[in-house]
Amino acid sequence: MTDNINSNSVNDNNGINPNNINNGIKTNNIKFIQGNEACVEGALYAGIDFFAGYPITPSTEIAELLSKRLPEKGGKFIQMEDEIASMCAIIGASLTGHKVMTATSGPGFSLKQEALGYACMAEIPCVIVDVQRGGPSTGNPTHVSQGDINQARWGTHGDHAIIALTASNHQDVFEVTVDAFNLAETYRTPVILLFDEVVGHMREKLVIPEKGDLPIVHRLRTSVRKGVDYHPYLPREDGRLPMSDFGAEHRYNVTGLFHDMWGFPSNNPQVVRELLHHLVDKIENNVHTITRYKEHYLEGAEYILISYGSSARSAIHMAKNRRERGEKVGVLELQSIWPFPEAMVREKCANAKAVIVVEMNMGQVMKEVKACVDNPSKVFLANRIDNKLITPTNIKTLLRMIQGRGV
Amino acid sequence: MAIKDYIRQRYFPQMWCPGCGHGIILNSLLRAVDELGLDKNGIVMTSGIGCSARISGYVDFHSLHTLHGRALAFATGVKLSKPELKLLVPMGDGDALAIGGNHFIHAARRNIDITAIVMNNRIYGMTGGQYSPLSGPGKKATTAPYTTIDNEFDVVNLSIAAGASFVARSTAYHVLECIDILKKAIQHKGFSVVEILSQCPTHYGRKNKEGDAAQMLEFQKNTTAKLGSKALENDPTLIPRGIFVDIDAPEYCEEYDKIVHRAMKASQNGKPEEPLVNPLIQQSCVTQ
Repeated sequence: MTDNINSNSVNDNNGINPNNINNGIKTNNIKFIQGNEACVEGALYAGIDFFAGYPITPSTEIAELLSKRLPEKGGKFIQMEDEIASMCAIIGASLTGHKVMTATSGPGFSLKQEALGYACMAEIPCVIVDVQRGGPSTGNPTHVSQGDINQARWGTHGDHAIIALTASNHQDVFEVTVDAFNLAETYRTPVILLFDEVVGHMREKLVIPEKGDLPIVHRLRTSVRKGVDYHPYLPREDGRLPMSDFGAEHRYNVTGLFHDMWGFPSNNPQVVRELLHHLVDKIENNVHTITRYKEHYLEGAEYILISYGSSARSAIHMAKNRRERGEKVGVLELQSIWPFPEAMVREKCANAKAVIVVEMNMGQVMKEVKACVDNPSKVFLANRIDNKLITPTNIKTLLRMIQGRGV
Repeated sequence: MAIKDYIRQRYFPQMWCPGCGHGIILNSLLRAVDELGLDKNGIVMTSGIGCSARISGYVDFHSLHTLHGRALAFATGVKLSKPELKLLVPMGDGDALAIGGNHFIHAARRNIDITAIVMNNRIYGMTGGQYSPLSGPGKKATTAPYTTIDNEFDVVNLSIAAGASFVARSTAYHVLECIDILKKAIQHKGFSVVEILSQCPTHYGRKNKEGDAAQMLEFQKNTTAKLGSKALENDPTLIPRGIFVDIDAPEYCEEYDKIVHRAMKASQNGKPEEPLVNPLIQQSCVTQ
């Protein structure tokens, strides 16, 4: 049995295989920790300087840990009066040139949407962790769900593009967290980390890579000299916008209104249209470079399970089990949800007899898969919505029905 | 420096109505900055949404025009991440104390070194004249055709209760007093609040028959009096002006720097952090 890591997956960046890493690694780099702690380790590795947050289950450990770790390295932690203020504070801190993050869950994620839209519009790099719990509303704070997929995409008002990443194990939580900071800087955008309660609270092994093992993207700052006009919102030829820190020599305006290349408000129809296109295109046109996924037993698979986060663990377990019995079942594990990797999913599913989307909501990713595959009628949903982790048996039950082998 | 050197003339003319008090306040603010000789690169002006909030676009500082009510939350992030910057946060009355009320009291509670300027014209001007939490009862507005029944906040008392270490009030009419108070507020280490009564002849004045801009300025002159003045003593219904609170209190960013110092020291020594609370005090709390 092989557990292939795809070339486009984040794991490929470093060549570390978490399954056989014991020799040659300093033991203090090996941790047995919660997923939320793995996220903190990833953020520190990526160079986080500033965190603002508000306590909310099941994400609170991230704030607790960073309140200790950030000042140890000269960084700043602040517990704000609510999630709205936390989101605003990290945007302010990003503008002074720092790498920033906030973490929350369901109701807090709803509150962050207003300022998240501001970060999209004003193009401020920042990372938002949403450790998903049962919803809507207060829902089920201590139990798992994956119901915020569409909120991550469309939670803030107006047309926009967004990047959302996810992970099913702690090594990947670490790596996608580093990746989230990198993508935020590269595209000057908020990046959402869609974890879930099971991944956040579960304990397992994490090997912290050595410095330099994973690439780190630093902020692109303008080379425009003092006294020469700096246009904060004039993209370079490659589409990137070099930044200038608040407090540095270039003084400019930042606003959530449609704005011109100076950052000054404009309702000129051409300025509005071009800015909206820029905001969407900079991400949607780069879907191939943003796409992250893993393949498990996918070669020649007749039945493909598409999953992500903690539900992917059950899907992988089930596929391994079926393969051992000679059935051609594989898993396509998504690590980037938005922008949705349509072309990749279509290609991978082209020869499948059936595609089963395994998730803990009422089919939020399934609808995306149906929209992009050649034959939507072969796409099925294996889900649980009772805030319990979906089990391999749950998935197997559906698979047997699809295979015509009864329940 | 000439006042025009603090302005982004490219963005003029400004969008305020004729007779609006906000331009006078902008003028006072820029004169205060000029008289203090502050470096423009060291100032960040953060604002929210509303007529008042547009002030940030016109000044040649680092400027952050944000979301309705959230200016102080953004400013807190800017300040804490780079404490050497001066933060000026002009807000309208609705912006600061309705949608932004929670951020306002918490910024005051932290005593973070930010200067909050509440440009109080007692109305939502940009949306067309709806009543605000500072309108007070018995006022007319487009959402109060039968007059308001809501009580207003007293910005000064609210700020003091919330923990601001510098609290003052002036009006658009009292330009020189305003400059003087703003200079002190900007120099003050800690959270400073300056409420400046402003006039909105277009909406508030028209709805409440207070006349044109000149008459409204006259009204500010006649209905206010300096703290400690004979006039105020004789007529306590007048609105007091002046500096109500100016105290030294631990400033948030400086206190956080101490945390950083302790955390770095503890992590370098590899020793656990010293307990924050004296165990004896903790014990007495438990026994009680």
